[in-house]
Parts: sequence; structure tokens; C-alpha cells
Amino acid sequence: MAAGPDRSQDARVQRAVGTLLRAGVLLAATVVLVGGVLYLLRHGGGVPDYHVFHGEPLDLRGYGAILRDAFSGSGRGIVQLGLLILVATPVARVAFTAVAFAFERDRVYVLVALLVLALLLKSLAG
Amino acid sequence: MNTLAFSATIAVAAFCAGFLGSLTGLGGGFIVTPVLTILFGADIRYAIGASLVSIIATSSGAAAAYVREGFTNLRVGMLLEVATVTGALVGASLVAVFPARLLTVVFGMVLLMSAYLTTRPRAEHLTADAPADRLASRLRLDSEYPTPSGPQRYRTRRVPGAFALMWVAGVLSGLLGIGSGAVKVLAMDQVMYLPFKVSTATSNFMIGVTAAASAGIYLRHGYVDPGLAMPVMLGVLAGSMVGARLLFGTPTRRLRLLFAAVIVVIGLEMIYHGAFGGQ
Repeated sequence: MAAGPDRSQDARVQRAVGTLLRAGVLLAATVVLVGGVLYLLRHGGGVPDYHVFHGEPLDLRGYGAILRDAFSGSGRGIVQLGLLILVATPVARVAFTAVAFAFERDRVYVLVALLVLALLLKSLAG
Repeated sequence: MNTLAFSATIAVAAFCAGFLGSLTGLGGGFIVTPVLTILFGADIRYAIGASLVSIIATSSGAAAAYVREGFTNLRVGMLLEVATVTGALVGASLVAVFPARLLTVVFGMVLLMSAYLTTRPRAEHLTADAPADRLASRLRLDSEYPTPSGPQRYRTRRVPGAFALMWVAGVLSGLLGIGSGAVKVLAMDQVMYLPFKVSTATSNFMIGVTAAASAGIYLRHGYVDPGLAMPVMLGVLAGSMVGARLLFGTPTRRLRLLFAAVIVVIGLEMIYHGAFGGQ
């Protein structure tokens, strides 16, 4: 199979994908850290109770509600927003990979990556 | 114990989970879940939500380094991901039909046997001199990965078998709500004969995608608690970034033994879980 030029292109694409991934992860971690510090400042002295499952309140379940919560300055809301960014990183990873295959003019794998992306988005949208 | 100490303890356990997870291609739920349920008596649903966060964080924390260094085989990962995700969708729709607890015990035993398979001595990769597999060549799955003695070409084989196994793994993960990292590594290592580091890095790339596919459901059902997810995510991310730095220099033999030890633990956890239920 194609060897030389194909491989250096692979390496370039891999470096670009790697950098984008790192940025997304660091953004998610920063948001969770900010929310976590706020949460601990307000509730750090309390006693955690996870013995009985109550389920999260509705404002921490839906995408729109989490956004509103986070921007109103709630520590838990901000953490949840950071988690949404974290969940978005594998989605972005698949999307980047599709773009990377497109640069290599590898039509089969563009289709494969888009199929995975579609399945992923469908299950996230519910 | 107050919330601050609770969070700190979980963050330390999560760091270990991320560290081991990034080196073995597994999600780290095998540490997070028992720590939360057994040590802190948390409800299993909170633990499942936290374990999902742990899998995505392990995957994303290490993926950047592994993709950039060229350990991850993106084509193998994408191709097998189609099998896992479609399998998981089928599995989730079968939940009401199958005896999940019996399956959990059986799967636990399969993992114990697999631990033996992965530690058997073998050549680390199929070199470029090995005969090319026609399907693997047409799908451009042969690639190269970094080794201390420079980039090493490797061949891939038995794609349909691995695809079928990954589909079954996806069904099981949808059905039992377990991560399928162990089966992903085994399919690439034992069936496709990929180098072990390529198998773990590619599995690491995939587990986050598989977990993200079910994140929406767990979020909507209120399983993801920010107070638990925060220390889990930050601890796991830190652990997996440290682990990812060590992959290159760690001898493969040691990684195999580590992987085998971890899947023995996972297998025992599953047998216990299936046999005694609850937590």
C-alpha cells in the first residue's frame, strides 16, 4: 500500500488533532475546577449524602437548563457545564478525524467517521 | 467526613483510576465504582454516572498524547467504533429480555480467562515481511508506531473477526451497562494482532466515544452528580495525563502484566456483582 508521503501526512494530521483535543480537555477541566472551588467554598463543610438516590434536580439534567444554571453563578451548574464540555470532547474527536480523513482524500473513512458521528449525536440528542 | 475531605479522597482514587486506565486502555470505572459504592456506600446509580465521567476523562486526557505520538490507529478505531456503537444500541434495547446477572457472571469468567491469554508470550507485532491480509490492506489498517528503536511498521489481520467481537462487546456494554474497554483491547491484541501499545491507545481513543454515546441518557436520568463528578473528573484527567507520558518508555511485558492484573480484578468484581447483586 501507499507508504511514504501518505505517512507524513498522517503525522501532520495526528499532531493537529492532538493539539485540538488538548485544548478542549483543558477548557473542560478549567470550567469544572472553577465550579468545584465555588461549590466547595459554599458546601465544603457540609456532609455529603449519596446513600439514597434522589436523582439530580431538573436544572442539572437538560442542556439548556445547565447553561442557565451555570451563567447564574451556581457552582454545581458550572461543574455540570464543564462536564458537558468534557462529553463534547469525544464528539469533537470523531469530527476532527472525519476532517483529517477528508484531507487525505480517504472517502471510505470520511463516511465511516461521519456514520459514527451521526450515531453519537443521535444518542446525545435522545 | 465533610464534603471537602470526601472530594479529596475521591480525587486521589480517581487519579489512580486515570493512571491505570490510560496505560491499559480501560476506563477506570473499575476503581471509581467500588470506591463510591463499597467505601462510601453511595447508590449504584450515582456511581454509574461518576464512572461514565471517569471513562470519558481517561480517554480524553490521554488521547491527545497518544494520537499525536502516533500510537493510536485512527482507522482501526473508527472502523471498530461502528461495531461497538451499533451493538450498544441493540444491547440497550434488549435489557428487558436477557438475564443480565447471569451474563455478568459469564462475562466475568471470560475476563479471567482472557487475563491468561494476554500474558502468553508472543511476537509483539506482525512485521512488514508478514504476508499482507487482503481486507486489512484494502482498508489501509496497516500502520506504524513509535518504539525506542524508531518507528516500527506493523500489519493487521482478521478484521471481520475483530469487528464481530466488537459488536458483541457493544451489545454487552449496552445490556450490562459496563465499559467495553477490556474487550476492545482483547479484540485488537488477540484477534487483529496489533502491537499491545497500539491496542491500548486505540481502545483509549474509542472508550470515550462509546461512553459519550450513553452520557446523554444518564444525564437526563439524573445519574450525573456534579459533587461526585468534579473530583472524579479532575483526578482522572491528571492521572491519565501522567500515565500517557509513561506509555512510550514502559516495557510492553510490564504493560501486559498490568492489564492482566486489572482485568482479573474487573472479572472478580463482575462475578461478585452478578452473583450477589446490588452493589
